[in-house]
Amino acid sequence: MKELSLHILDLAENSIQAGASKVGITIDETHLGTHIKITVTDNGRGIDPERLEIISDPFVTSRTTRRVGLGISLFKTASQRCDGEFSIQSQKGKGTTVSATFAIDHLDRAPMGDMGATITNLIAGYPDIGIKYHHTLYKESLTMDTAELAAGLDTMELNDPAILSRIKEMVNDFCRQ
Amino acid sequence: MAKISVEDLRQIKEKTSRNSSLRGGTTTVKITVHMGTCGIAAGARSVMDTLLEEKAESGKTDIRIVAAGCLGMCSSEPNITVEILGQEPIVYKNMDSNKTRQVFRRHILKGEVQTDFALAKG
Repeated sequence: MKELSLHILDLAENSIQAGASKVGITIDETHLGTHIKITVTDNGRGIDPERLEIISDPFVTSRTTRRVGLGISLFKTASQRCDGEFSIQSQKGKGTTVSATFAIDHLDRAPMGDMGATITNLIAGYPDIGIKYHHTLYKESLTMDTAELAAGLDTMELNDPAILSRIKEMVNDFCRQ
Repeated sequence: MAKISVEDLRQIKEKTSRNSSLRGGTTTVKITVHMGTCGIAAGARSVMDTLLEEKAESGKTDIRIVAAGCLGMCSSEPNITVEILGQEPIVYKNMDSNKTRQVFRRHILKGEVQTDFALAKG
C-alpha cells in the first residue's frame, strides 16, 4: 500500500465484512513522540482465538473467492518494517481491535496520504455504517462521528456530494497543518 | 480540539437544499466499486473519488455509488460493476480515473457500454 490511509480503508473494509455496524478509526501521530499509532476497532462478529494466532499469515482468509488474505499481513509487515509494533485483539461476538505503530522518521514509512478520501469513501460506500474518527496531530485533534452527524442533519443524507466534499476538505485541511 | 460538527455541514445543506427536494426518488443506476485489499492497493479509492465527483457534477440523484468487497478477480482490479435498471450488469476491469470518467459519461449518462474496458456481462 502506498499510503497509511489506504491501510486504514482496508482495515475498515475488513470490519464491515465482519458484520460491524460501528467502526472506530483512531490515529495518533504523536504516539510516544516518535511513532504514529493507528487503531481500527469494530463491533463485528470477532475472531476465534485459534484463528487470531494465525490471522496475519497471508495464507489465512475467511473468504471463499480466493485463498490468500493480505490485508492484515500487509499492515503488520508495513509496521514491523518501520520499527513499529502490531497487535490484534478480538472477542467472539464483541468485535475486533487492530492496531499498529510506525516510526515517523523511518525511511520506509509510507505517508499518511489522502485521509479525507478514505473517510469519504467509507461514508459514501457504506452509508449504513457508523464511523467514529479521531485524529491527533501535534497538539491538535479532529473528531467526527457519522452517527451524530446523520442524526443532526435530519432530512439530509450524509452521502450528499456537497457534504462529502466538505468533510473531505476538513479532514485534509487538518492533516496538512 | 476540532470537530466536524453538524453546524459545519448545515451551511452546505442550505446551499444544496434546492437539490435535496429531488432526493428520495428511485435509484435507476447502481455502481459498485470493489474494495477488497486487492482493489484498494490497485487504486479503487481514486476510482470511487472520481465517481463521486462525476455524480456531483452530473447533479443526478438516481445514481447510487456503493462499495463492496473483493469480486474474486484480483488481477483485474480495480473492478467496478455498473447496473442500470432493466439492463444486464457490466463489470469493468483495470479502472483508473480517466476510464471511470469515460464510463460514467458514456455508459451511465448516455447508455453506450464501453466494451473496451469491460470484463464481463452479467
